[in-house]
Amino acid sequence: MLNQQGRPTAAGAGEQSARATFTSNRGLQMEEALIFEIGRRDVSGVDLDEPEAFSSRLGAHARVGEIGLPGLSEPETVRHYVRLSQKNYAIDSGLYPLGSCTMKHNPRLNEAMARLPGFADIHPLQPQSSVPGALALMDELSHWLLVLTNMEAVAMSPKAGAHGELCGMAAIKTAIDARGEGATRRIVLVPESAHGTNPATAASIGFEVKAVPAGADGKVHPDAVRALMGPDVAAIMLTNPNTCGLFETEIVEIAQILHEGGGYFYCDGANFNAIVGKARPGDLGVDAMHINLHKTFSTPHGGGGPGSGPVVLSARLAPFAPVPFLRRDGERLALVEHEEGTSSLGRLTAFHGQMGMFVRALSYILSHGADGLKQASEDAVLNANYVRACLADVMSLPFGNKPCMHEVLFDDSWLKDTGVTTLDFAKAMIDEGYHPMTMYFPLVVHGAMLIEPTESESRAALDLFIMTLRDLAMSALRGETERFIGAPYLAPRRRLDETRAARSPILRWVKPMRVE
Amino acid sequence: MRYLPLTPTDRTDMLARIGVDHVDDLFADVPAHLLLKEPLDLPRRKTEQDVARALGKLAQRNMAAGSVPFFIGCGAYKHHVPASVDHLIQRSEFLTSYTPYQPEISQGTLQYLFEFQTQVALLTGMDVANASMYDGSTGAAEAVLMAHRVTRRRKAVLSGGLHPHYAAVVRTQSALANDEVVTLPADVSARESLLDQIDATTSCVVVQTPDVFGNLRDLSAIAQKCHAHGALLIAVFTEAVSLGALRAPGDMGADIVVGEGQSIGNALNFGGPYVGLFATRQKYVRQMPGRLCGETVDAEGRRGFVLTLSTREQHIRRDKATSNICTNSGLCSLAFTIHMTLLGEAGLTKLARVNHANAVKLADMLAGVTGVEVLNTTFFNEFTVRLAGDAAQIVEKLAARGVLGGVPVSRLLPGAGLDDLLIVANTEVNTNEDRAQFVAALQEVL
Repeated sequence: MLNQQGRPTAAGAGEQSARATFTSNRGLQMEEALIFEIGRRDVSGVDLDEPEAFSSRLGAHARVGEIGLPGLSEPETVRHYVRLSQKNYAIDSGLYPLGSCTMKHNPRLNEAMARLPGFADIHPLQPQSSVPGALALMDELSHWLLVLTNMEAVAMSPKAGAHGELCGMAAIKTAIDARGEGATRRIVLVPESAHGTNPATAASIGFEVKAVPAGADGKVHPDAVRALMGPDVAAIMLTNPNTCGLFETEIVEIAQILHEGGGYFYCDGANFNAIVGKARPGDLGVDAMHINLHKTFSTPHGGGGPGSGPVVLSARLAPFAPVPFLRRDGERLALVEHEEGTSSLGRLTAFHGQMGMFVRALSYILSHGADGLKQASEDAVLNANYVRACLADVMSLPFGNKPCMHEVLFDDSWLKDTGVTTLDFAKAMIDEGYHPMTMYFPLVVHGAMLIEPTESESRAALDLFIMTLRDLAMSALRGETERFIGAPYLAPRRRLDETRAARSPILRWVKPMRVE
Repeated sequence: MRYLPLTPTDRTDMLARIGVDHVDDLFADVPAHLLLKEPLDLPRRKTEQDVARALGKLAQRNMAAGSVPFFIGCGAYKHHVPASVDHLIQRSEFLTSYTPYQPEISQGTLQYLFEFQTQVALLTGMDVANASMYDGSTGAAEAVLMAHRVTRRRKAVLSGGLHPHYAAVVRTQSALANDEVVTLPADVSARESLLDQIDATTSCVVVQTPDVFGNLRDLSAIAQKCHAHGALLIAVFTEAVSLGALRAPGDMGADIVVGEGQSIGNALNFGGPYVGLFATRQKYVRQMPGRLCGETVDAEGRRGFVLTLSTREQHIRRDKATSNICTNSGLCSLAFTIHMTLLGEAGLTKLARVNHANAVKLADMLAGVTGVEVLNTTFFNEFTVRLAGDAAQIVEKLAARGVLGGVPVSRLLPGAGLDDLLIVANTEVNTNEDRAQFVAALQEVL
């Protein structure tokens, strides 16, 4: 590979360029101190007039003593955060192939729409009569989600995917309690390949988690479920398409086994983006599924949120949806905010859900339309398969070189005896200007590398990515371990000592002791 | 389609490279009869300007807070957010990055999280804070679960001054996990006797200050009794600006402090996204929910930051995790920390003074209106009034006159017999003219 100057990007190149500077800055790569080191207690970037004299009603509750917060003027603040931002990788700067995370383009129209005062500047507790447009927007988004999934009802309030899982599993628990089986149906089946949130969610509301083994083909098979099914089983939590990037072929039969045995089928919808407009979860026998608006419908990930996790429910679970929910009375929409007189499972958050994300998601959905959403799913699957086809001869596919859905899973058997691990390989990608793929997940595959290119990548971008991975792969196979073991060499930081961070945690800045 | 870079030619060539004829061949694992043959009954794609027009119409049907005299609080507050905050959080590198799992190329996110954690710890008077929860209410539910882990007890006592929606979230979570909750009756004047509720089976007591009715509460005695009985005190706040004027919960002995951070840096957004603040004592760190950012060094010895103590978390510990939370409120915590950096101690304390002064001014004006009684002896920027009439109906009449005049208690606590109570907030955004219009409209409708 050649870089822009036509110089070879070889192992050790980073160390040669690591010329010491007075500031520790390297050209555009700025070192930036903490606000606690550059801020001052008496500086503020906000002008306010001191209030006129008044008689305080704080009583004995007024704060005494310093808080210790630093302040910066506006120019200093802007510079601080711009410099910090420049230390981050982002979808806007490059391909971000994090499997299961769906790093697709975030259209800026959606940001503009969410900032309209009629959406951003309304209060969750102002009279419902003063926000008919907000209720209509929630209703319209709900309609799209229900038609795309062929489900009965949708709970809009969950704040993220894992919160959606809590909502769906809570609906299942409430339904089971309503049947009088709460004391006996306590087991939830979860495949080992599941996201960690699945077992964590089930356990958090008192279910006992039992693992379902996957077959040699990476899928869950009816026999494995049948063997575990019994009157003590409340539900299965199954991701579909699954975390190996495969559609669960026998999902309908699995759903039937659950239903016939008196259980429910919770589907983790993290990978719904592969099948939007192609197949509907309601047709597969799903009882509850969360939809990550921040994955499938492209609300920005924001460095770790906010997300939004509406949950679609089957007719069997719809009566147990959390408050608040929308109710239509003729032309008029109303939010039902209290559970009294309903069979609702209760309340999961203070207000109505992630309105800011609803606006962005609906903007994305209306832009695409039914035809565009289907095309996006097809392109996502096409791009993942293209990556698979172009790398299958150098990297190893644990379940054979067969079609995948929107993400392709490699394992590390091809790296055997090279001295390079999945982690090393991923870190070397950083030097080449790429964010690594998801590593070591799912757990069912050794040294997993899960690549999700998404539909947002052009063919040229995919080709360069593929050529880069091929070059890295050949380099690893040739034994050029130096390029990997110490990587990254060229990022704002080299590998960070995570053991040290965990052993004696420093979780906040503390004023250094003054040395006299 | 403007967001899809592949051309029809690309698609044909790529299918050929893969070795299939049709894209549906890649969907072969989907049972054939379940693969949709006909387009769904939904509209087709729209241009950017058509989408903007459609959503703009919906937005126009809502009464925006900034367009009218506005006095609503109860867990979400309208404050002025400096323009630079929203500009900075829209930097591509913040907006379109993922959770910082690759620290070498995520130092921007990690450093602001470290700064955020420190700011929250300082504000609350606690040792450590996490990298955020979804919002204050889910933070409160997580705090109760954490207290159960620490004390190995399963009974929470909720103050009658706790926001009723927060109490409902805690009760829902507890009912699902078969934990016990004692909720004290609505406590309009902060006179409840929480101390009597604390015994050797109590895991935690949850108290809010300023409480939902605006009263300020001293938590010291409750903390002492909790600690004498091996229980934890969970202090809740819904208005972060109040911490610029009031004693920090940590200084009053709280063991866990949770709060809503929306009012610093974030818009009202009809209820979300917001940012939950969560802080505790050093000794409980390993029982905390959520992400934690910590300081370390890189291979060249330079300071850097990483997500740490992740053996508490779901992606490592699975069904033994302290919480199921994964995605949290990253960008909202960024807005919080930028606004807080702009304010600094000088700005925050002054902002708090202005809020309090404005609220005092409004309370004094309302006290002079016939048919209005101000109930609070203490408050920060929000207080409760008793009206000569049904507060919900009065609020509707005010809205019809273009004034958003507070939250009727019956909206939060229907059937509690508190239908004549109204909770009124007043921040730095309210002018003398706003207050005069509010009072005039209220006199008309009473």
